[in-house]
Amino acid sequence: MYNKINNEDIAYLKSFIPAGRIFVGEEISADFGHDELGGIEKMPDVLINVLSTEEVSKIMKYAYDHDLPVVARGSGTDLVGAAVALEGGIMICTSLMNHILELDENNLTITVEPGVLLMELQAYVEERDFFYPPDPGEKSATIGGNISTNAGGMRAVKYGVTRDFVRGLTVVLPNGDVEQLGGKVVKNSSGYDLKDLIIGSEGTLCIITEAILKLLPKPSESVSMLLPFKTMEKAIEVVPEIIKSKASLTAIEFMSLNTINYAEDFLGKKFPDTNYEAYILLTFDGNSLREIEEEYNKVVDLCLEHGAIDGYFVDTDERKKSVWNTRGALLEAIKASTDLMDECDVVVPKDKVAKFIKYTYDVSKEVGLRIPSFGHAGDGNLHVYLCRDGLEEKVWEERCNKAFDLLYEKAIEYKGMVSGEHGIGYAKKAYLKNQLGEKQIELMRGIKKVFDPKNILNPGKVI
Amino acid sequence: MKIIVCIKQVPGSSNVNVDPVTGTLIRDGASTKTNPYDLYALEVALKLKNEQGGKVSVLSMGPPSALSAIREAIYMGADEGVLISDRKFGGADVLATSYTLCSGIKAIKEYDVIITGKQTTDGDTAQVGSELAEHLDLPHVTNVKEIEDDGEYIKYISNLDNKIVTGRIKKPCLICMDGDINTPRLPSYNRKKEFGECKDLIQIITFNDVEDKDETHYGLKGSPTQVERIFEPDKRGEKEVFSSGDLGQKVFDIIKNGKFI
Repeated sequence: MYNKINNEDIAYLKSFIPAGRIFVGEEISADFGHDELGGIEKMPDVLINVLSTEEVSKIMKYAYDHDLPVVARGSGTDLVGAAVALEGGIMICTSLMNHILELDENNLTITVEPGVLLMELQAYVEERDFFYPPDPGEKSATIGGNISTNAGGMRAVKYGVTRDFVRGLTVVLPNGDVEQLGGKVVKNSSGYDLKDLIIGSEGTLCIITEAILKLLPKPSESVSMLLPFKTMEKAIEVVPEIIKSKASLTAIEFMSLNTINYAEDFLGKKFPDTNYEAYILLTFDGNSLREIEEEYNKVVDLCLEHGAIDGYFVDTDERKKSVWNTRGALLEAIKASTDLMDECDVVVPKDKVAKFIKYTYDVSKEVGLRIPSFGHAGDGNLHVYLCRDGLEEKVWEERCNKAFDLLYEKAIEYKGMVSGEHGIGYAKKAYLKNQLGEKQIELMRGIKKVFDPKNILNPGKVI
Repeated sequence: MKIIVCIKQVPGSSNVNVDPVTGTLIRDGASTKTNPYDLYALEVALKLKNEQGGKVSVLSMGPPSALSAIREAIYMGADEGVLISDRKFGGADVLATSYTLCSGIKAIKEYDVIITGKQTTDGDTAQVGSELAEHLDLPHVTNVKEIEDDGEYIKYISNLDNKIVTGRIKKPCLICMDGDINTPRLPSYNRKKEFGECKDLIQIITFNDVEDKDETHYGLKGSPTQVERIFEPDKRGEKEVFSSGDLGQKVFDIIKNGKFI
């Protein structure tokens, strides 16, 4: 079992972490006791804002020798309780490790500390005509957090997810050892890929203190098209047709008028069109407008044949802002529309998206919960939200559990996965086990044991 | 109601190059867009047309490439357009521009209201609307947030620096809209397919078509303003000024919305 942090531990930690970067007990802000999803709360005993790999290493060595649990945390924007210190102990916050260390134009890589925010990274590289494609909705998440959950986002259809853009990692192991995994190389066939194992491991295997990310040249042109439909069924049904057409798209997002209305209230800004029940938002990028125009003409014509009412051009900075800011705010907007919500971030094969969304309507009726959804129609990753809407706690819990059971059951039936990009954390553990089965979970436990024999790193998560 | 909306094609981004010799913007090859302020004005006009019928004509002055701005306005819902385009009109300041625009207004002939944006994102003078009204001898109001048709009049709400003015103005009149007053609708793919190049819907006016043939009234020759230098301003973040109300709460909200806390 773990030791409880005592005065001696605190005195040691304070011997190399100056005041102002270390907080103990009640000095710690309540924000560090939870993430962005309600329901799971537990305060760490000590919070340390680290500045370097060496500091993290020193803390981990001490924690390892003294059996103290440790949780690493970035912006705390996760949605599954992954950054909550379930066992108390030490919380290592990487937010101050927020420096961009090197832009290597010869190798098209950028080396960053884990606390750099996604929006900072995107702005930095785009100003220099480079492009970091992973684009999750939560732009204030840290890169360390994005890597730890293998975040995906809206451009995954064309470019892939965070894992596809991580070349190398510097990590601190639970015993304090520092290792470099991968590097700037493009290819790597040198043994087991530990770097890829760390990506998506939600801080349970080691702590990331530096990352080498792959960049692309920035596409010079990008146009989005907003397509209105009379019903969500019609909108979703067009997605397989788009995919079958072999068109090159960067993003295929779907959203309902209901969720758009929540976002309008939340942002205090009107969406450019609110005349129809459902919308599909497509993005095309490339290096010439002519090339993009050929692609969108093909796809929009196809959508018009399959029930789209029109196609609206989202082609200037102002238009992109008016549409994409709304898309980016949908999660927060749904959250603001209710007192408590829980989420389901399943991913299903692309040809099952329409069926799954329709199924959420059935579940909504069956269990008696409002279940708005939006998401990445183009890669099968759906964001489905269960809203409490003032229900009594017991009723809410019952209905919520029932809805989750039904939704995950259906996801498994469709050969999908429990989480597309938000991770497992604490909240989805049971569903992961249910899906993967004892054998795979055992393999994962074995891996965890090799990295972290004392189970001091982010205990109680994922497996 | 017959409405004319004045629009201008401007550089597509704020990263524009300035010709070091002439001090004018290098427009060739650079991406362009319709002045965002004009789109708020166009949205007001299209909304009025949707509600009570009528006709929306757009008017622009610029090189032939500005045709695409007029086409885009038609794809958004405008009925027709006029482009005033001639090398002799080039290099015009506020005075010459507003004078030249009068020729376009005369070509459209019938109108009840002329609506303009607040300013452009390239010239930024915010004067053309008012000067156009003076040339046409029309009553006008500026910084207007909302308008409503009221028979012989237009009711308006104008957002001045430290007061809101509500009033009515007799038609025909000119109204300069404020910025950020609505979310302009998006251009329609269906309308683009239907109208294509919009050849039958767009009239082009050159120097040969204008009544006043005195070249010193147009372009650089007709412009008393001499521009010494144009340069790209330093970039700065958006700012908001609060001077009353619960300032502590407002600061808190901003910090929270920005997710700093």
